Amino acid sequence: MSPPDVIVIGGGLHGCSAALHLARRGAHVTVLEKDHVGRHASGVNAGGVRRLGRHLAEVPLAVAAMELWHRIGDLVDDDCGFESHGQVKVAENDREFATLRARVDELTRLGFTHEELIDRAALKEILPAISDHCVGAIACRADGAANPYRTTLSFNRKAESLGVRFIESAAVTALARNGRVWRVESGAGRHEAAVVVNCAGAWADRVAAALGEPVPLEPIAPMLMITAPLPLFVKPVVGAAGRPLSFKQFRNGTVLIGGGHRGRVDRDTNRTELDFAGLAESARTVWDLFPVMRAAQVVRAWAGIEARMPDDIPVIGASSTSEGVFHAFGFSAHGFALGPIVGAIVAELVTGGKTNLPIAPFRIDRFVGRAET
Amino acid sequence: MSELRDAYDVAVVGAGPAGLAAATVCARAGLATLLFDEQPAPGGQIYRSITTTPLKRATILGADYCAGTALAQNFLASGAQYVPGATVWNLTREREIGVSVAGSARLLTAGRVILATGALERPFPIPGWTLPGVMTAGAGQILLKSSGLIPEGRTVIAGCGPLLWLIAWQYLNAGARIDAILETVKGDGAASWRHAAAFATSPYLLKGLRMMLAVRRRVRVVSKVTALRAEGRDRVEAVAYRTARETEQRLPVDNLFLHQGVVPNVNLAMAAGIEHRWDDAQLCFAPALDADGGSAIPGIAIAGDGAGIAGAEAAQARGMLAGLAAVRALRPNAAVLEDVNAVRARLARFTRGRAFLDVYYQPAPQFRRPARDTLVCRCEEVTAGQIVDTVALGCTGTNQMKAFLRCGMGPCQGRECGLTVTELIAQARGVAQQEVGYYRLRPPVKPITLGELAGLPKNEAALRSVARG
Repeated sequence: MSPPDVIVIGGGLHGCSAALHLARRGAHVTVLEKDHVGRHASGVNAGGVRRLGRHLAEVPLAVAAMELWHRIGDLVDDDCGFESHGQVKVAENDREFATLRARVDELTRLGFTHEELIDRAALKEILPAISDHCVGAIACRADGAANPYRTTLSFNRKAESLGVRFIESAAVTALARNGRVWRVESGAGRHEAAVVVNCAGAWADRVAAALGEPVPLEPIAPMLMITAPLPLFVKPVVGAAGRPLSFKQFRNGTVLIGGGHRGRVDRDTNRTELDFAGLAESARTVWDLFPVMRAAQVVRAWAGIEARMPDDIPVIGASSTSEGVFHAFGFSAHGFALGPIVGAIVAELVTGGKTNLPIAPFRIDRFVGRAET
Repeated sequence: MSELRDAYDVAVVGAGPAGLAAATVCARAGLATLLFDEQPAPGGQIYRSITTTPLKRATILGADYCAGTALAQNFLASGAQYVPGATVWNLTREREIGVSVAGSARLLTAGRVILATGALERPFPIPGWTLPGVMTAGAGQILLKSSGLIPEGRTVIAGCGPLLWLIAWQYLNAGARIDAILETVKGDGAASWRHAAAFATSPYLLKGLRMMLAVRRRVRVVSKVTALRAEGRDRVEAVAYRTARETEQRLPVDNLFLHQGVVPNVNLAMAAGIEHRWDDAQLCFAPALDADGGSAIPGIAIAGDGAGIAGAEAAQARGMLAGLAAVRALRPNAAVLEDVNAVRARLARFTRGRAFLDVYYQPAPQFRRPARDTLVCRCEEVTAGQIVDTVALGCTGTNQMKAFLRCGMGPCQGRECGLTVTELIAQARGVAQQEVGYYRLRPPVKPITLGELAGLPKNEAALRSVARG
């Protein structure tokens, strides 16, 4: 049987990746993007590529994704700005360190060895600038970070070169089954295909609702800020065990600070508004962890729009109500690193009906019967 | 500094003619009025250092400059709370203002906000514009007004616009040496002449002509310059130029001042979410406002050159109109000295014929969209060629460009490259500047230190987001 025609809703990294992997398997793919490719979370996230600290359900996917990241050029003909200087999660006291130890022990029991518990001395070696009060950390040495917009555009361009058609400014307004064909109405006209893939990010619940499987999706706007260049002082991406943080210095010296704190979002107007009291919390965390940063100049802050699910893991897999529909959304502020592998999973599901990676925890019907948030 | 409260009736940002006039009107009407300004003394750029300048002789900076004295004195006597040395780095739709004063950051709110953040010099990207010794004419004027400093050595001023002549005139009055003015006016004035009749009645016509004559008598002026390049190893040593008639010429210089007009300083207004549109005459983005400067966001108005370039007298009138609108909204029965209709008439008088100046002094295309090798974004060192090539990759908007090349992401926050990037993309795509748009600007619109941010008082929202994180 020849591969089906596919409509992918959403031109973020997950939509572009699904389109690319589908095209590699010979499918005829159209991507409908309501704004432009990489406009929201995909283009403006922190760019972290980590296995460190993943929800246990996501660990196998993150491990498989990391293998793709380390040869990302083979997939998209561009290095996507990916650099592997490790990721570190810092414990600020013994209680936090005990939590980290338990985490590593649990992963070991499950057969994963990528997270490594390190003591104060080893931490100082990796992060000489870290505050002296920190007692240890988990290090994940082959993790890293990439340039999010460049990555999304690379997947977009590679997919295009394989024949994928991208239609921008094409917000989906309706979809309906007509015999064996899905008919999708968008701002750019009517499109038909045997299969629909929902990668609509913060808007994906609307697609799901149209299919009769509503999900408790929350649009969120995680905030990031960046500083003027400082002398290079840190290579790995740094997080903290006890408070939200994502901290990374680029090669040009600028430092990206994010993690956890959210702005306000209106997904109907694409508008986000920053909450400076929340950014102040991030600033206090950095003040405590990296004294060298105290006089750094914050030059800009922003927030991308993405989707969070109540259990903080995504929806991946076939629709529970509709034949020929697959979902990949709700990555809950940590989906960037999974982009390359989830696209491959979706392509496997669409063309072969199965995947070898364990995706049962991400079933869309896990929310059935739950009170909506 | 006097103590800041958490809330005010009116907050004004900027102490140029618009901000001073607006705050004075509001405070006199009994509104709790606050004025933040970045500078240490009132006056803005046009009346910079009006209360403190060491140049006491009116003949140097001119009678128009001295007119700022009364404006500043009226403001200081108005009862408005004046906070100099204040950097406003955020404004939300709910009129929450983020501000830093003396290394300490605060959030406060106001019933009405009047932005009077004025103008910036338009980017003037020529080869070598980042060499030490090359600066904007406006930067030179700041040194003159605030410290009485004049450039030493061989000095050339290049570019176009009414302010170019004013600055040259003020320099000459102060005893500076100017070796040449290289004027880049296109000189194909046909488009501008249809506005000439209106300009003939402008109060600026006679003043402008007198000033130009005075300068021309003392300085060599080269007209219709079509190409410019600053040369030098560690600092500028020469300026090379061409005209339509001449092959390349070279002048040795120690100082090269560049200026091709001013454009609205849009950063704070755009970050607040106020819609801006491309102005085809002024070749820049300007906010969409009603007759009193009110924006579509309730309670936020813009006055002065930030609302579109019109000069100091018009700025003062627009400041009054915005102030009067705030008084009408918050205290309709207050007695006010100013008559709205008289202010509107004054505004009309000083904007009459403005279109002539706008069109006549429009910078030439080659100075707005530089050649491939010229740096466009100084902060991140991005060239015009990189931008054009990246459009070809499919990066068709300013924000995609920012994400891809990092242009506009440095400490100047796009002030030095934003318009150039818009124009280069528009040309490469063959579409209008309006369609390309400007960078999406995000706060803080001026850099603040991590320490200032960390020092912000905690509030409930912060506590909530920690609980969620």
